[in-house]
Amino acid sequence: MASKTKNAKLEVASQLDAVDKEFQTFQILNEEGEVVNEKALPDLTDEQLQELMRRMVYTRILDQRSISLNRQGRLGFYAPTAGQEASQIASHFALEKEDFILPGYRDVPQVIWHGLPLSKAFLWSRGHYQGFENTAALNVLPPQIIIGAQYVQTAGVALGLKKKGEKAVAITYTGDGGTSQGDFYEGINFASAYQVPAIFVVQNNGFAISTPRHKQTAAKTLAQKAVAAGIPGIQVDGMDPLAVYVAVKDARERAINGEGPTLIETLTYRYGPHTMSGDDPTRYRTKELDSEWEKKDPLVRFRKYLENKGIWNEEMENAAIEQAKEEIKEAIKEADQAPKQKVSDLISIMSKELPSNLKEQYEIYKEKESK
Amino acid sequence: MAQMTMIQAINDAMRVELKRDEKVLVFGEDVGVNGGVFRATENLHAEFGEDRVFDTPLAESGIGGLAIGLAVQGFRPVPEIQFFGFVFEVMDSIAGQMARYHFRTGGSFEMPITIRSPFGGGVHTPEMHADSLEGLMAQTPGLKVVIPSTPYDAKGLLISAIRDNNPVVFLEHMKLYRSFREEVPEGEYTIPLGKADVKREGKDISIIAYGAMVHEALKAADELEKEGYSAEVVDLRTVSPLDIETIIASVEKTNRAIVVQEAQKQAGVAANVVAEINDRAILSLEAPVLRVAAADTVFPFSQAESVWLPNYKDIIETAKKVLTF
Ligand SMILES: Cc1ncc(C[n+]2csc(CCOP(=O)(O)OP(=O)(O)O)c2C)c(N)n1
Ligand SMILES: [Mg+2]
Repeated sequence: MASKTKNAKLEVASQLDAVDKEFQTFQILNEEGEVVNEKALPDLTDEQLQELMRRMVYTRILDQRSISLNRQGRLGFYAPTAGQEASQIASHFALEKEDFILPGYRDVPQVIWHGLPLSKAFLWSRGHYQGFENTAALNVLPPQIIIGAQYVQTAGVALGLKKKGEKAVAITYTGDGGTSQGDFYEGINFASAYQVPAIFVVQNNGFAISTPRHKQTAAKTLAQKAVAAGIPGIQVDGMDPLAVYVAVKDARERAINGEGPTLIETLTYRYGPHTMSGDDPTRYRTKELDSEWEKKDPLVRFRKYLENKGIWNEEMENAAIEQAKEEIKEAIKEADQAPKQKVSDLISIMSKELPSNLKEQYEIYKEKESK
Repeated sequence: MAQMTMIQAINDAMRVELKRDEKVLVFGEDVGVNGGVFRATENLHAEFGEDRVFDTPLAESGIGGLAIGLAVQGFRPVPEIQFFGFVFEVMDSIAGQMARYHFRTGGSFEMPITIRSPFGGGVHTPEMHADSLEGLMAQTPGLKVVIPSTPYDAKGLLISAIRDNNPVVFLEHMKLYRSFREEVPEGEYTIPLGKADVKREGKDISIIAYGAMVHEALKAADELEKEGYSAEVVDLRTVSPLDIETIIASVEKTNRAIVVQEAQKQAGVAANVVAEINDRAILSLEAPVLRVAAADTVFPFSQAESVWLPNYKDIIETAKKVLTF
C-alpha cells in the first residue's frame, strides 16, 4: 500500500503491509479434495475421518430439517448453518469433552455434538424453559444472542480453568460482524493479559445479516486483530475441514501447555438466510457469489478426499442421512412432550430462593393457572 | 392522505426529515441497502445516498458514540438500535453520556439525537430482543422517551423527536409495526412530545397505557362497555416526561384509574404514574390505583410470550376490582 500523503515524516504504509503479509490463508484440502499441504495433514485415523464426515452430513440434514420445521411452525428461532459445517463441526472435532464451549446463536451443532440432546436444542429454539435445564455438566452455555458477550465471558471461563489447573480450554464463536464489538477486543485482550487457555473463533461468512465484511473494518483480515492483543491469529480456509481441525487442535495444544489464547478466523459462507425470521439474502448478495462459494463446499471437498482414500461411499453417506432423519424425528416427538409453559413455571426458575415479590406472584399465577 | 402501517409511517417521517434538513443522518446496523431488518429505512439509502443513510459496523456502543460525536459536529443523528434488547451495549452512550452533555457543558453542546429502536412482545423474536426496557430510560434525567401506539402518532411524534434538540429514545412496538393501517397525512406534521392522548372518552374509570397495551386497553374498554362501565383510555405516548396534566384531568373526571404496562411490574413507568396520581389527586380517588403488568421474570421468548404478556382480560379483571371497590 503506497501512501498518498507526501510530506509525512513517519512511514506507516509499510507497517500495515508487513502485518497483512503475515496473514495468509491456511489450507490443507483444495476445492477438489486434493491435499495441497502434505506436511500439515493431521494424524486422524480412518475411523475418525469417517466420523467427521458423518457429523458434517448429519449437520447438513439437521439444517434442512430445521428450516422446514421452522416453516411449519414447529421450531422457533433458527439460524441456518449450511456452508459452515467445516468451520463448526471440524473445529469442534478438535475438542475434548472437558473443554467448555461458549457458542453464538448459529452454533447449535457444536453444542449438540458436545452433548446437548437434540430435543433440548429444539426446545431452546421454541423458547421453552426446559431447553437448557440440567445442563451444568455439559460444559456449554446456551447460544449467545448478544453479539460479543460470549467473548468476554470466555476469558473468565478460561481463567477459571487455569486457576483450577485443568487441562482443558474454553472455546467461543462469533461472526465477522461480531469482531466489531467492544466485547470482542476486551475478550481477546483479557485472555491475553492473563494468558488463559482460550480459543476465539471468528466464523467469517462474509456478511453480518446484510452488511458485507469490508464495511466492518479496513483491516485486511480479521485474524490480524490478534496482533494488537498480543496473541497468535490464524486465518484458515473455513470450507476445509482438515485445515480448520488442525488450526484448532494446534491452538488447543498451545493453550493447554500454558502458551495462552489464539484467535482463528475461518473463511466460510452461509448458504441460507441469516435467520428464519424474514431475512432475504437476494437484497444484499448475488447469485454469482452464492455459486462461487458453493463450489468450495466442505462436504463435497471432504467426500472427494475420503472417496479417493477409499474410505467413504454412497452407502455410508445414506446411512448417515437416514440416521439424522430418524433422530430428528424422534427428537421432535420428544420436544412435543414437554409441558405447556405456565407463568408460574417461568417464575420458579428465576432463582433458587424466590424473592418476596416473586413468591407472591408465584402463588397468584399458580392459582389462576390451576383453573 | 394515505393508508399506512406504523412501519410505513415511521419510514415516511424519516424521509420527510431527511429531505427537509440536510443535517439529519440515519445510520445503524443493516439500515442502508437492506433497509433495516424491519424495513423501517426501506428505500432511504437509494433516495438519499450513502452520505445520509448508512450501515455501521456491528457495535451498539460505537453507534451511540458516533451519534454523540456527530451531534457535537452539528448534525442531527437518527441512529437505529436494531432491537432494544441490545440497549445494554449502548447504555453508557445513552444514559451516561448524551443525556448529560447539556448539563455538563452548561448548554454549550446540545444532543439532537433520536435513537429509534424496535421492542415489545408478541412477534416471537429470539431471546433478548423484545424486552420492555423503557423504565430504565425513563429513570434517566436528560432523556425523552416516546412510545407511539398508532401510525398517525408515530409519524408526528418521530418528526418532533428528530427536530427536538434533546436526546430522544423513540421506541417502536414490533407487534404494532404491521398490525393495522390508518390514515396518515402526507408531508410534515408534528405531535408535541410530552403530550398524552385520550384515545377513548369515558367517565367511570381511566385506563392509562402506552404502546401495544393501548390496544389491549381499548379492547378491554369495549368489553367493559357491554357490562355498563364507561372506561376512558389515556395513551401516554411519551413516558418521560409524563403529561401530568392530562393524566390528572382524566382521573379527576373518572375518580378511578388503573395503569397498564407490558413491562415487568417491578419499578417501571406504571409505578411512577401511580405515584404521580397519588401525589396530586388522591382526594379525587374512589379506589386505589392498581396496575396491570407482567410478572417479574426475565422476558420469556417465542412460545412462552403468549402466556406471559398482559392482555385485555387482565385489564378487565383489574378494572373491575377498582370499579367495584
Ligand atoms: C449486541 C447485538 N447487536 C445486534 C444483534 C443483531 N444481530 C444478530 S445477528 C447480526 C449479524 C451478525 O453477523 P456476524 O457476526 O457476521 O455473524 P453471522 O450471523 O454472520 O454468523 C446482528 C446485527 C445482536 N444479536 N446482538
Ligand atoms: Mg457473518
